[in-house]
Amino acid sequence: MLSPQAEILILAAIVAVACGLPGVFLVLRRMSLMSDAISHSILLGIVLAFFIIRDVSSPFLIIGAALVGVLTVILTELLKKTGKMKEDASIGLVFPALFSIGVILISKFAGNVHIDSDAVLLGEIGLAPFNRLLINGIDLGPVSWWIMGSVLLLNLIFIIVFYKELKLATFDSALAVSLGFSPAIIHYALMALVSITAVGAFDSVGSILVVALIIAPPSAAFLLTSRLHSMIYVSALIGIISSVSGFYLARIFDASIAGSMAMMSGIFFLAALLFAPGSGLIAKLITHRNRRYEFALSMLAVHLLAHEGTRKETEENTFTNSLIHMRWPKRFAEKVISKSVKEGLIVDDGKLLRLTDFGRSTARKVMTL
Amino acid sequence: MAKKRMAVNVEDLTVAYNEKPVLWDIDMAVPKGILLAVVGPNGAGKSTLIKTILGLIKPAAGTVEIFGASYKQQQHLVGYVPQRGSVDWDFPTNALDVVMMGLYGKLGWLRRPGKEEKKLAMEALEKVGMSHFAHRQISQLSGGQQQRVFLARALVQDAMVYFMDEPFVGVDATTEKAIITLLQDLRKRGKTVIVVHHDLETLKSYYDWAMLLNVRRIALGPVKKVITPKNLEQTYGGRAPFLAAKSQND
Amino acid sequence: MGEGRLSLLPRAKMIEILYNIISDYTLRNVILGSAIVGIIAGSLGCFAVLRRQSLLGDAISHAALPGIALAFLLTLSKSPLILLLGAAAAGFIGTLLVLLFTHTTKTKEDAALGIILSVFFGFGIFLLTIIQKLPTSNKAGLETFLFGNASTLLQSDVRLMSLFALMIFIVLLFFWKNFKIIVFDYSFAKSIGLPVKTINIILTALLVFAIAIGLQTVGVVLMSAMVIAPAVAARQWTNSLSVMVLLAALFGAFSGISGALISSLVQKMPTGPTIVLVISAIVLFSLALAPNRGILWDMYRKKKNRKKIRLDNTLLNLFRLSKSHNDPYHAHDLKSLMAIDPTGVREAAIELEQNGLVKRAGSRWGLTKQGIEKARSLAQGGVF
Repeated sequence: MLSPQAEILILAAIVAVACGLPGVFLVLRRMSLMSDAISHSILLGIVLAFFIIRDVSSPFLIIGAALVGVLTVILTELLKKTGKMKEDASIGLVFPALFSIGVILISKFAGNVHIDSDAVLLGEIGLAPFNRLLINGIDLGPVSWWIMGSVLLLNLIFIIVFYKELKLATFDSALAVSLGFSPAIIHYALMALVSITAVGAFDSVGSILVVALIIAPPSAAFLLTSRLHSMIYVSALIGIISSVSGFYLARIFDASIAGSMAMMSGIFFLAALLFAPGSGLIAKLITHRNRRYEFALSMLAVHLLAHEGTRKETEENTFTNSLIHMRWPKRFAEKVISKSVKEGLIVDDGKLLRLTDFGRSTARKVMTL
Repeated sequence: MAKKRMAVNVEDLTVAYNEKPVLWDIDMAVPKGILLAVVGPNGAGKSTLIKTILGLIKPAAGTVEIFGASYKQQQHLVGYVPQRGSVDWDFPTNALDVVMMGLYGKLGWLRRPGKEEKKLAMEALEKVGMSHFAHRQISQLSGGQQQRVFLARALVQDAMVYFMDEPFVGVDATTEKAIITLLQDLRKRGKTVIVVHHDLETLKSYYDWAMLLNVRRIALGPVKKVITPKNLEQTYGGRAPFLAAKSQND
Repeated sequence: MGEGRLSLLPRAKMIEILYNIISDYTLRNVILGSAIVGIIAGSLGCFAVLRRQSLLGDAISHAALPGIALAFLLTLSKSPLILLLGAAAAGFIGTLLVLLFTHTTKTKEDAALGIILSVFFGFGIFLLTIIQKLPTSNKAGLETFLFGNASTLLQSDVRLMSLFALMIFIVLLFFWKNFKIIVFDYSFAKSIGLPVKTINIILTALLVFAIAIGLQTVGVVLMSAMVIAPAVAARQWTNSLSVMVLLAALFGAFSGISGALISSLVQKMPTGPTIVLVISAIVLFSLALAPNRGILWDMYRKKKNRKKIRLDNTLLNLFRLSKSHNDPYHAHDLKSLMAIDPTGVREAAIELEQNGLVKRAGSRWGLTKQGIEKARSLAQGGVF
């Protein structure tokens, strides 16, 4: 038998991975905020579906609620198509309205629905071990395991089966159309997947924090990798690390588990932002410094070439002039010139800077770039 | 000093995005009172050049002078017509209001446009043949009419040097004719007009001077001297053989 | 639930409510407070919507939550000023981070907004759950910032909100034309020497404060609707920025007051969602029915246009057919027209006859003199 702690940990990891899978494609398609819209409006779906089905753990409830998620996407697109507003405004109009109806229904009929406003925002992952799946008296673990496990499986199957189509529709929807795939179908299928995932995760992490798990790990992975399939793996890994570390953080401070999971996913994104090799901030600063010299060397060579043999040569091709025209600080200019001399691009005869043959050909090469 | 007489003097201008040069070591001396076309293929850096002169983009190297002083000191002498597509025409305002924006620089921080400004703006609209549309919402104007509104806004700036970014894109034939007449009129009154232009065929009939640009400056000078098959070949690569041949026959 | 149906209230009850509004301390605060929220969020929202920054409002309001919680944790005071400053500071930091993410790395704006929104909110929830377990006595009440509760507004809160609203309003008036030009044409504004960066910061700061003063009433979750919806509705009714801002303020105030009133009078109606429903209804109404920009208006215009095109086409086709006969008045069977385009030919011919452009002779139709003139001018217009 696993301890309740371990059960929660496993559930958190399943939720994180399940959210990250469709999240990768949302982030790449620049539709991250649709997850925010969907995760809010499915609340209305859950309430309505509950009124009809009267069973919180029924799979039909998930499907019914997910339909409202897809409806959100359709309504948003309809509003945008009226041409009266831009896309961002249309997103920002639809989900608050649907969410508000949901909250009011819950608040008015609180006795009948097993959800309250706090649970909507926070989720109740800590209570998951108490709701167990029993078949013939055999304990098969928390119900949430099975729900989120199925969602995870569904997401996995969808992405494996339609990997090629998803990739094409994401990177080149025009090509997708010409090859006979419909990007619209892929789009709605993906939105349905996000909706189902959000409904499934709703119980555990609430409507807003599910957005963190859908967007933050894929965004971090986007900075860390440059290939789609590795982005999926890395995103899943970051999702798991965020949820596990979030769980322990919450235990230390005796605070909301979902809140700390979201926080940790943000911290890992920040870490990726700073330290990612190549596209991270620090790496960029370093290459910027290196390239600055490289660029300055070729700039000097091009400048000298342009004025070589002209009347103004004696005026232009001097040390002081390179200071003025390139707006270089004195020390930087000195370094650039001594580097140029060292690399054999120019000779400095004290008065004039002259290009060598090598310098001349280098200047010509960079200019035809 | 010869420099002083130049309306625009650019020296060794280099612009780079992420250390990748878009403009390489550009020199550009434009005397007062000419109508200059800046031409070159897509991605040649034409708009970048104008935006850099106007201080909208920071150059990696080089200097820009307007009538012998920095742009900051001389911006009251400069008028600007951005690309029409660069703004949201569904913005809730009318043509007159847009034209009055040309006076905001002179109004300073707090003063609101008043009667005097309205009169100036109406006169400018009159000059571009748009006075009937002064109170029309800008999204209800055709592309050509929107371009004329932008032109009127530059006119109220009452500048000495005008920079125009592709003013002929997406306008009807009547507007194109009206615009070029207006530009030539400005030139006659001693203004300097620098236009990013696309159409090589109209180059000779519209402009005095041309600048051929493709990351580097290929040529700058009177149209007849500059538009040679060799220069065109250098600017457009092999992509404009038809036009090069045509200009030879002209 | 009987008291929920406002529309069915007897007159005496209405008067009683009105009297309560004026004399009742709580109701007065509710009304004043929510009116201020609606006015300020509505007017600043216009700029956000026009700059395509609608969802920045969502990010700012969610990002404000940890600011409120931290301000309380650091001072252990629930002074409205301290909480408001905390909210505004966190909202501002959130905005700066969105800029940092998008300008320095390949992270796109949508992802940056989503991360700030959800992660800051998570941090806020994390802090709130810690606060709940503190042994201090005055910890209750911070949860109202989630969905908002207008009836918790005290007179001191309303006073503070009015003060901030007034300051926001004065700055807005001061910088009006500068805000207008940087929103419409940023590079032109820069080219004429305006300090665009400073103006931009001031405008963003105003939006942050506008959101911060609404959080207690509407809540962090739904505050963005108060920024977006009044502006979208107002845009439908006018083509002038100043009228748009005034209308948005009016719509904001109306939805704020009516939403807050309903939620204070009807049991179990949370304030934020009620306000959002009222303003959403106003948006729907405006989208459908506003003159000129309304969707019904569009449909009417399209229909009229289609009819005109059909009439013109029928006339032109008759003209072209008769040309081949060297007799402009030559009459034709409508079937030859239907061969070109079968839809609505007969209806169009009948209407043309009523306008005196076409004459019927048995089953054949020919142009009148007037009709020929009209057709000729249409043909010269070169539209078809």
